[in-house]
Parts: sequence; structure tokens; C-alpha cells
Amino acid sequence: MPRGSDVFLQNISKIVVFIILAFALYLFFTGHGSPGGGFIAGLMSAGALLLLALAYDIETVRKVIPIDFKIVTAVGLLIALCGGTGSLLFGEPFLKHAFGYFQLPLLGETELHTALIFDLGVYLAVVGVTMTILLTIGEDN
Amino acid sequence: MATIVEWIAIVLALAGAVFCAISAFGLIRLPDVYLRSHAATKSAALGVLFVLVGAFVYFWVVDGDVNIKLLLAIVFVFLTSPVAGHLNGRAAYRSGVKLWKGSVRDDFKEVLEKKGATAPKSVQQPEPPRKP
Repeated sequence: MPRGSDVFLQNISKIVVFIILAFALYLFFTGHGSPGGGFIAGLMSAGALLLLALAYDIETVRKVIPIDFKIVTAVGLLIALCGGTGSLLFGEPFLKHAFGYFQLPLLGETELHTALIFDLGVYLAVVGVTMTILLTIGEDN
Repeated sequence: MATIVEWIAIVLALAGAVFCAISAFGLIRLPDVYLRSHAATKSAALGVLFVLVGAFVYFWVVDGDVNIKLLLAIVFVFLTSPVAGHLNGRAAYRSGVKLWKGSVRDDFKEVLEKKGATAPKSVQQPEPPRKP
């Protein structure tokens, strides 16, 4: 797929996209105790996909992630809603969160918080909205 | 120990700042886009790398905190800055920005003309010196 002399951009973006996505994952999980969170992690993931779309083309991005980003937005909103309504099952008010300490296999004792589910919803919604905007504008010809 | 490392961090940060300043002087002084891109890409990237390494060393020894984000930023800047400079220069050449009047050879022009693409008129006409 390399066309012409875009070879520098394409090869370096293959590496850099993974660095950006890894940093987005870091930002997503670190949002509870230090700067980060679902919003900027979503923006950063969308930036990585935008870099792929710049280095190759939009068809490649569609082939790498063969899902409709409008559905990603909907799923994100649904996850955030479920994370909010899940507390109603335990007789707590809407959006009441809980946390606990668990022994995970590799990480040891880890604090898990249901706010992460809400954040996952935010993340997916932001990725979906940003990529929908970018791909819609980019395909206008 | 910590004092020595603080001095190392100071020297690294100062060297980085000096490199960035030299890069800015290069942007002002050099005559055409390609030479300016040469100044902006290399020495600014090296200056940023020095500052980041200085900050990493400082936080590592003084605070005892190995900051992965700074390491990642070092790798990231080191990877992407040369590619950005390359893309700047290539976009400038393809859109017809002329070379400095003192340029003596232009091999890419022959390649482009052999492929049938239009190359820019390669050498700029000398412009009269401006009075400060």
C-alpha cells in the first residue's frame, strides 16, 4: 500500500500509533488518581486513528476498524447509562458509585471502582463522536 | 550524590535551552525554507530532548520517581520530529518554493522531471540586501 514517497510518514506512523494508543490507555486508567480520564483518552485515541487516516487513507482506517463509529457512540452512551442505573439494583440512588479492593493475578491488590465503567462510556462516546466528525468531513468530495 | 545529579540536570536543561535558542536564531538568520527547516528540526529536537532528559534525571534521583511519561515523550519526539521536518521540506518543494540563490545542485528536480512532474524553478533570484 505505500504510495510514492510517503514511506517515511507511513512507516513512522505505524510505530507512533501504538505509542499514542498505549498512552491513551494509560491516561484512561490513571484518571482516578492523577490527570487523565475518559475524555482525553478518547481524544487521544481518535488522534491516533486520525494519524493513520493522514498517513494512509480513510479506507485503510475503515478496514482496520470495520465498525460504524456512530454505533460506538451509542454503545458508549449505553454503557454510561448502565453504569448509572446499576446502582438502582442495590437500592442506592442513581449514579451512586462503589469501590472495593481485589486481588488481581498480575497487579496484586488493586482498587476497582465502578466509575471506571462510566469512564469507559465517556471514552467510547468521545472516540465515536470525534471519528464520526473527522471521517464525515474527510470524505466530503 | 543528589547535589551532583541536580547539577547534571541543570546542565542538561541549560544545554537544551541553548540549543533551542540557537534553533530560533537559525530560523531568523537562514535564507530559505529548506535551511530553516534544517535548523528548526535538528537543533530544536535536540534541545527538547536535553530538557526532557534533564527533567527525567532530576525526578528520578531527587524524587525517586521513574517517570515513564518523560521516557515515552523522549522516544516520541526523537521519532516524530525528523519526519515532520522531512514532510515540511517535501511539501515546500512540491508546492514550488524556490531554493536559496547559493544552491549549486538539485538532484530531486531531475528525478521529478524524468517522472513527468513539474519541478519548481530551482534557484531563487538574488534579492537586494535590505537596510536594517
